Amino acid sequence: QSQFIISSPPQNYPLYIRSVPTENELKFHYTVHTSLDVVDEKISAMGKALVDQRELYLGLLYPTEDYKVYGYVTNSKVKFVMVVDSSNTALRDNEIRSMFRKLHNSYTDIMCNPFYNPGDRIHSRAFDNMVNSMMMQVC
Amino acid sequence: MEQGPAGGSGAAAAAGPGGLLLPLNESEQQRYSELFSRCCPPPEAAAGGSSVGELFRASQLPPDTLHQITEVCGAKRVGYFGPTQFYIALKLIAAAQSGFPVRIESIKNELPLPQFVALKNDSEVRYGTPAELHGVKFQVPHATLEKNSYKRTDEGDKQEPKSPPMSPICSPPASPSTYQRIPLSYGYGKSRSGLEQQHGAPYEVRHSTHQQDGPSSGNYGAKSVLACSTLNRSLSGEREQQDSSAHYSDDPWRITEEQRDYYINQFRSLQPDLNSFISGSVAKNFFTKSKLPIPELSHIWELSDVDCDGALTLPEFCAAFHLVVARKNGYQLPETLPETLVPEYLQAASLKPLRDCALFDSYSESLPGGQQTRDFSRTEKTSAEEVPDSSALLQDGKKDDKQALKVSTDLKSIPKEFQHLTVKTAAQESNTLKARPRSRSYSSTSIEDAMKKGEEPPTPPPRPQKSHSRASSLDLNKIFQQNTQAVRSGWLPPPPPALPPRPSLSQTEQVSEVELHPQMNRPPSQAEENSSAKKEVVLAQPPSKPARRKLRTETQGLETPELSPTISVTSSLPAIKPHLPVQKQSSKQKRAIQTAIRKNKEANAVLARLNSELQQQLKEVHKERIALETQLEQLRPVTVL
Repeated sequence: QSQFIISSPPQNYPLYIRSVPTENELKFHYTVHTSLDVVDEKISAMGKALVDQRELYLGLLYPTEDYKVYGYVTNSKVKFVMVVDSSNTALRDNEIRSMFRKLHNSYTDIMCNPFYNPGDRIHSRAFDNMVNSMMMQVC
Repeated sequence: MEQGPAGGSGAAAAAGPGGLLLPLNESEQQRYSELFSRCCPPPEAAAGGSSVGELFRASQLPPDTLHQITEVCGAKRVGYFGPTQFYIALKLIAAAQSGFPVRIESIKNELPLPQFVALKNDSEVRYGTPAELHGVKFQVPHATLEKNSYKRTDEGDKQEPKSPPMSPICSPPASPSTYQRIPLSYGYGKSRSGLEQQHGAPYEVRHSTHQQDGPSSGNYGAKSVLACSTLNRSLSGEREQQDSSAHYSDDPWRITEEQRDYYINQFRSLQPDLNSFISGSVAKNFFTKSKLPIPELSHIWELSDVDCDGALTLPEFCAAFHLVVARKNGYQLPETLPETLVPEYLQAASLKPLRDCALFDSYSESLPGGQQTRDFSRTEKTSAEEVPDSSALLQDGKKDDKQALKVSTDLKSIPKEFQHLTVKTAAQESNTLKARPRSRSYSSTSIEDAMKKGEEPPTPPPRPQKSHSRASSLDLNKIFQQNTQAVRSGWLPPPPPALPPRPSLSQTEQVSEVELHPQMNRPPSQAEENSSAKKEVVLAQPPSKPARRKLRTETQGLETPELSPTISVTSSLPAIKPHLPVQKQSSKQKRAIQTAIRKNKEANAVLARLNSELQQQLKEVHKERIALETQLEQLRPVTVL
């Protein structure tokens, strides 16, 4: 199980949400929402150490709920949040990083499309395919 | 799609004048008999002159050609159109339409079916031809089309699009005109004033006659592309083989020369330098004029901008334009970029502008299907059209788009053709294109990841055999060869099966191999180890092959590896012999020998190591003993006192 969301500044409204499987989404939504706050906190905290472009959330591991939340933020303050189930044998940090990198690449591809207005929901099929394949891989 | 077997071997033959055998294949046979029955209602034996004349006129050949044909086929001679004459005439018509001279020899060539424009009563027959030829089913009523075609044939206006029965090699006037209309898209007016001037006249001609056709695909600025008339003339002499045309005819994603030129002109209008690219915003404005919905345009952009740089190079632009055109005509956008629209392909293609009328077929055949009664008000009841939103898009009442609309209805016909087509997603190609490493700094790691992934699958180098280099303290070769003759048969089965499990069980394997070669003489100190190891091996080794197990059990019973080789060999031999194919013994033997040598060496090395370890232990034990003895000595004098 995993969920992925992209949210954009300034109000952090979501640009893209994808869950696999699709039940229990509400719980994921809640988790993601709360994690966004933590992300913001982290961003503001590392004001001087210039954004390392990625961060790893293992801190949000709730013992009962048994999942991990990972965050990633781009230079333009677009946040990617990924929630994965801890039950699938722990993904290594590198894997998470590579996944975020791929996501970031695809996101910039979308940005390159002149028909895309930043701030719109993302409807790109290529992006969907990529995210799906990645999430299948995770689950 | 099934191209009509027009090129196939003849399935029937008709005797011609002078005893010529006219080979007709099945489709021709069928067609000709249909036509003949139409012209000549049975039970008469000869076709009625008037209907024949009508038919011939419908072939749109010049009258003198028709006269020539009638002469050649012998009708004039015999005074009537019998079946033979008729068939020959049809064949000659086909030849003439294909550009061959009207002569008896021509009919020997493999020709497509002759094309007749809009014969009154046989829509089905008419469509039968293209269906055969192209596998396209134009089930569209063409009442008005027929009227128009009649009008056209009367007018002799060669620029009219042909009715559905257009062979791939249809008469040139129809094809270029029809398919030229395809790229006539986008009321982008201003930039094409030049073209406008040129083509205003011919377009008007077509325009008037096409009123009823009401081409309805999208509101394209109807500037006829590139000198339709000139093209008509130039192409009249060109014919392509049916094969090559067949190759192109079913690919809606293939850009024809005409279209390419059109796109290039459009590109030039936006960006004079053909080697440079169009920026995203400019392209966005341009494509927005096509009035496709933004999500679709976004998707088109995604497909065509393969390097994802936010700008369109010329091939990318052509691909995007082509996709827009296709979408306007009701084709669903593919999920991935079709192979023929890939920029490399387009770039390569642009270097060799070979396409002539062979390319027309893809549009020409579709166009007739599209020529239904469509009016400008866009009540798109294109029977085969299924894209409601595109038709909704076409609701454009602009005046300057009227012509575009006509054009677009022609274009709409493309969907019919495309329906049955499967866009062969060279999906892998497009995907690999997308996955191409892009020149972005932060994506470099993704490239590495991809590369790593690619590298991982190759299996790691085979684990070095544990120490055959150190082998040869024992001259196993000699030993082995001594017994080779005796053992040869016995060893053949075991060695090959032994190989695969080797790396995983190298040590135990080797020890078991030791077992299998009982004739090797082990130093006595190793006898114990071998026996114990043997036991271990017996327990640990998965029973890999029955032969080996048998051998092992044999040797197990023998308990030491030092039994006389003959005994073990003989015991193993009967066990092995049944498995043994007697043929190919020599090669197998060689292989067996080599593998045996290797195994022996490995075993040898292992044993040597064992030996050294045991020696070490022995030394230590000795030392301990000495130490204890000295202690004892030290203690003894005390007691002895």
